[in-house]
Amino acid sequence: MTGDWDVAEECTQEAFEQALRSWARGGAPERPGAWLTTVARNRALDRMRRSAVELAKLQILRAEPVVEEVEETEVDEIPDDRLRLIFTCCHPALPFEARVALTLRSLAGLTTPEIARAFLVSEQTMAKRLVRAKQKIRKAGIPSRVPPADLLPRRTTGVLAVLYLLFNEGYSASAGDELVRLNLSDDAIRLTRSLAELLPDDPEPAGLLALMLFQSSRRMSRVDVDGELVTLADQDRSLWDQASIGEAQVLLDAALGRGQVGPYQLQAAIARCHAEAHEAAATDWPTIARLYEQLAKAMRSPVVDLNLAVAVAMADGASAGLARLEAIERQLERYYLFHATRADLLRRLGRGAAAVDSYHAALELVGSEAERRFLTRRLAELEP
Amino acid sequence: MKYMLLTCTDENLELDPAEKARIPAAAEAWAKEMDGRGVRLQGNTLAAISEATTVRVREDEVLIADGPFAETKEQIAGFDILECRDLDEALEVAAKHPVARFGAVEVRPFWED
Repeated sequence: MTGDWDVAEECTQEAFEQALRSWARGGAPERPGAWLTTVARNRALDRMRRSAVELAKLQILRAEPVVEEVEETEVDEIPDDRLRLIFTCCHPALPFEARVALTLRSLAGLTTPEIARAFLVSEQTMAKRLVRAKQKIRKAGIPSRVPPADLLPRRTTGVLAVLYLLFNEGYSASAGDELVRLNLSDDAIRLTRSLAELLPDDPEPAGLLALMLFQSSRRMSRVDVDGELVTLADQDRSLWDQASIGEAQVLLDAALGRGQVGPYQLQAAIARCHAEAHEAAATDWPTIARLYEQLAKAMRSPVVDLNLAVAVAMADGASAGLARLEAIERQLERYYLFHATRADLLRRLGRGAAAVDSYHAALELVGSEAERRFLTRRLAELEP
Repeated sequence: MKYMLLTCTDENLELDPAEKARIPAAAEAWAKEMDGRGVRLQGNTLAAISEATTVRVREDEVLIADGPFAETKEQIAGFDILECRDLDEALEVAAKHPVARFGAVEVRPFWED
């Protein structure tokens, strides 16, 4: 097992779901060593219907200075109004991309041209998208209110999904000016912080905030000088931002103390295990495996099951991980990482011939050249 | 605000007979509950699409065709007109409609009240 597969905590629930959809079409993540963040990015790519080339352009465009559009700014300083606005912007009756755009426009204070550049559509298209969304809010009677208790948990989950998408949008993009790249992530952290303060009775917003802080504590170490993503195992841990980690630890402790564990708190707890390991070898894999076990129950996603199998392999050995993999083969047989993971475990168990077969299966499904090179290298080590 | 609920079903959908038998009573109970709450102004179930006739006028000629306006898998099976506080209330009422469990319920606001 290399660091290639152990960055699981950087993935989002939404990204998990998107990954499944893209596997069904035989697609595959684009970058080695960061497949989960790639999944998150691919999902955004799909949603926003833009190409990978455009994503690179995005970083440049975001660097351009923008004139603030004062007259339309709707940011509310009154906390209750702000909370109402979050729920209105993220109402499930609006198309997902409109929720993201409205949130940026109305809550993060971005201008329409800025949002258009962020999602690589023309200003006119973005203006139209925002106008349509506002029109639907008005004409369909989408209420401006904090949902009542019976709706609140599910609606909050929807808001958190929008905020985590924004975070990953900034966090997973690896090209371009660093400050610009981190802009959307900072916006997302700020909004999540505000939501966590406004909804103190729900520990999930705080869980998401902790997750974001654990992840962004690694922002200085996760990309090398060539702009390539560095796997968790290979990162220079002295670069991790201890202030962020410290804040996230406090937040997560308080959230978990409420006794209502949810998917974001669990993902944050997994991220914490990595953040607290002084070196990769010191990672508490038994705890990570136990947390993935809980997450798998909360989310029922084969991707989580795959991560669970990896964590079990790290904690209890390759054969235990292999047994987990066999159990999820049917759902994941079209996904190259399933075969790559199995190949790696078989290799570790000294079952060379079976490992070779799995590497071949992975190579048939792999989408990116870099990942293909990695797998071919591993295969060459086994084949004389 | 006024909303139209369009209940949509696939007429060829094979439901469990016991479940199918429960639908009329469930729909009646739903209508009664919503009438009682004052959110449902009126509504009805429509006859099968085999009874539908579609009219179009093209270049002053009246064209009459057998069948529904669109040949889709799911067809409008009934409608209800609601008077609700906001979309959330209309969505809550729609989610309680028995057809939502196997078909779909479209919630459309009126152009103007």
